[in-house]
Amino acid sequence: MYKISTSPHMNSQQTTQTIMRDVIVALTPAMLVSLFMFGIQALIVLATSVASCVFFEYFFARRLKLKNTTSDLSAVVTGVLLALNLPATMPIWMTVIGAFMAIVVAKMAFGGIGKNIFNPALVGRVFLFISFPVQMTTWITPRFMDFFNIDATTAATPLNILKHLGAGEQLTTGYWDLFIGNIGGSMGETSVLAILLGLFWLLKQKIITWHIPVFYLGSFAVCMFLSEIVTGAPRFDVLAHLLSGGLMLGAVFMATDYTTSPMTKKGKIIFAVGCGVLTYIIRVFGSYPEGVSFAILIMNAFVPLIDKYCHQYVYGTGRK
Amino acid sequence: MKTKTFAIGGIHVDKHKISSQSAIQELALPEMVYIPVKQHIGAPAKIVVKVGDRVKVGTLLAEADGVLSASVYASVSGQVMKIEEVNSGQGYLETVITVKREGDEFEESMDLSDEIVREIPDNKEELLKIIRSAGIVGMGGAGFPTPVKTNIPEGKSVDTLIINGIECEPYLTADSRLMEEKAEQIVIGTRILNKILGIQHAIIAIDENKPQAIARLQEITKRYVGVNVQSCKSIYPQGGEKQLINTITGREVPSGKLPLDAHCVVQNVATVYAIYEAVQKRIPLFRRVLTLSGNADLTPSNYLVRIGTPISFILHENQVNMDNVGKVIAGGPMMGQAIAALEAPVTKTTSGITVLSAETADKPETSACIRCGKCVDACPMGLMPLNIRAAVEENDIAILKSLHVQDCILCGSCSYVCPAKIPLLDYCKIGKYELGRQQKAK
Ligand code: SF4
Ligand code: SF4
Repeated sequence: MYKISTSPHMNSQQTTQTIMRDVIVALTPAMLVSLFMFGIQALIVLATSVASCVFFEYFFARRLKLKNTTSDLSAVVTGVLLALNLPATMPIWMTVIGAFMAIVVAKMAFGGIGKNIFNPALVGRVFLFISFPVQMTTWITPRFMDFFNIDATTAATPLNILKHLGAGEQLTTGYWDLFIGNIGGSMGETSVLAILLGLFWLLKQKIITWHIPVFYLGSFAVCMFLSEIVTGAPRFDVLAHLLSGGLMLGAVFMATDYTTSPMTKKGKIIFAVGCGVLTYIIRVFGSYPEGVSFAILIMNAFVPLIDKYCHQYVYGTGRK
Repeated sequence: MKTKTFAIGGIHVDKHKISSQSAIQELALPEMVYIPVKQHIGAPAKIVVKVGDRVKVGTLLAEADGVLSASVYASVSGQVMKIEEVNSGQGYLETVITVKREGDEFEESMDLSDEIVREIPDNKEELLKIIRSAGIVGMGGAGFPTPVKTNIPEGKSVDTLIINGIECEPYLTADSRLMEEKAEQIVIGTRILNKILGIQHAIIAIDENKPQAIARLQEITKRYVGVNVQSCKSIYPQGGEKQLINTITGREVPSGKLPLDAHCVVQNVATVYAIYEAVQKRIPLFRRVLTLSGNADLTPSNYLVRIGTPISFILHENQVNMDNVGKVIAGGPMMGQAIAALEAPVTKTTSGITVLSAETADKPETSACIRCGKCVDACPMGLMPLNIRAAVEENDIAILKSLHVQDCILCGSCSYVCPAKIPLLDYCKIGKYELGRQQKAK
């Protein structure tokens, strides 16, 4: 018998799985850089994080009698993002705890994919950061292609240096090193170049629009720039700030997470500007050198409100 | 020429215009035709024949019952066999006149020659009368009686006549073939509408991906001052009336109002061709051009078909391999209707038949909404389909109203793009229905 169904009788080829696959492709340069720079330890953190995220999702979906959604690859994405937000020296068991917080507490407890309010990977990261501040801020010096770089020296991150830069002093790390990622930091946030390659892919595949990254980085840069002009202090070096810490990774991969960002263009812009300004405030006035995770999580909480008030213009209702 | 487009939303769909190079051919005649007396929006036509009557092609079978109605003509010669109520296949009964064909004899009044008649009668009332009596309705899909759409009530004014040659549904090419093969007739039909509306200009809107049709009509319109061709961006639903008005004029039809309120009249090219035939050749609407296409094993074709021809007959004539057919759609795959009984007849509004293979007939499995916003970006009306879905699930009428579900044009763009494959259009239909019902109850 012939099938009867409602229209449309065609659908786009894009599914949740293909989207997540594209995000993984976009994250590949950052993963590769982390492997090149931090060697086997990075591999261990990545593998642990991805495996535990997928395991937790599978296991708790069964326990909570939710549909098994591991095949949509979103847990893999969360695993990769969490790993890229951790230092390469992270002990295995701590990574597992981070994955638990991300998948079980931030995602499954809210009802699974699409229902969570906070970005799972960031919840995992911030939990680890608060619980294990020492391990979370121990950065090793990257050593390119030295795969068994396990006892490298501890490095201070550019942001830490920036934060405590006195008048007349200068950041010793060059912009180029910041750009390609030849610095200490979380595995995936060091190389701006790798992240921008990922951004290019996300835009090309129409996974995200440019609004959030551009308005996030733009509003942050404007704030820093104004401070630099007003005070003349070197610690407000705009370019160094843009290239350092988790800002690029956050603006491209974390703040653009579908579920935890607003629906409409207008909403996205408000959200992104909020992230930018909060990141600036925390970096400049807070006690932490870094503010990206907190800024995005705080703005995540505002998404329902933003969505409530930022609707699309409806055709035929008269533009005001 | 600069390509124009509309301001809000829209999606890119795979076009599959595989039948675009096949010339319109006359389909063989079926043994029986089944002609519904209501193929339009409005009241069913009043039957004027009895079982046993002999009819010719072009004999009136049922006459328009009031202004919002349309006459129906015999599409074959022969004998009226049955007049009965049958299940329409869409959940209601409709009256159908069955004519058994004998030979192919035409009413003498018709001029069936290929000669193009260019002289247009001058009397506006006379023109409207001919169109009304020929049973012409909007042939692009809605089936709104054309005289009603072109008769401007007191207090309203029209300054733009748009001829819709967009055909944005995938697979369908009937309109584009018609524009290539009957270009001058369409322009003369446009001129007739100009006369009725009392305006000098008209714009024929064509998808940028139809360079042949554009070139052909540009050449013809050189000789018809005031009629111009406009190339429009190939984006779905460019052919939607509200979208096309926005594309051409930059205006919007106010929410809940008609194109007239944006001072526009939009007519589909097939309708305009029917107007030409009615006025210049005295041929009432008893046949139409349609596309038979799809991804099943078939020969993509454009046919001139008698109204009332069973769809099964067309499939048979085309030698469609029925073994692997999963779904047969009256219309295109975006807005067309899947049909259960293949004996269903072609009507005035059947612009195509899309046949899908068994592998592509199933609806994809749905998963959870990931809040990607693609449905929001896609909606050409600026609606938020995911919120409409949530409101329908909670049956919250007030929110449905604030979400403007009534403005949904049922284009299906939202369902098409959704990566979670949520049937958002279905929720919109339910939302529209529920809201309408509540408002009526008040
Ligand atoms: S079907 Fe309705 S809600 Fe969906 S895209 Fe079309 S107009 Fe918008
Ligand atoms: S397109 Fe589908 S998955 Fe995306 S927001 Fe709309 S309903 Fe949700």
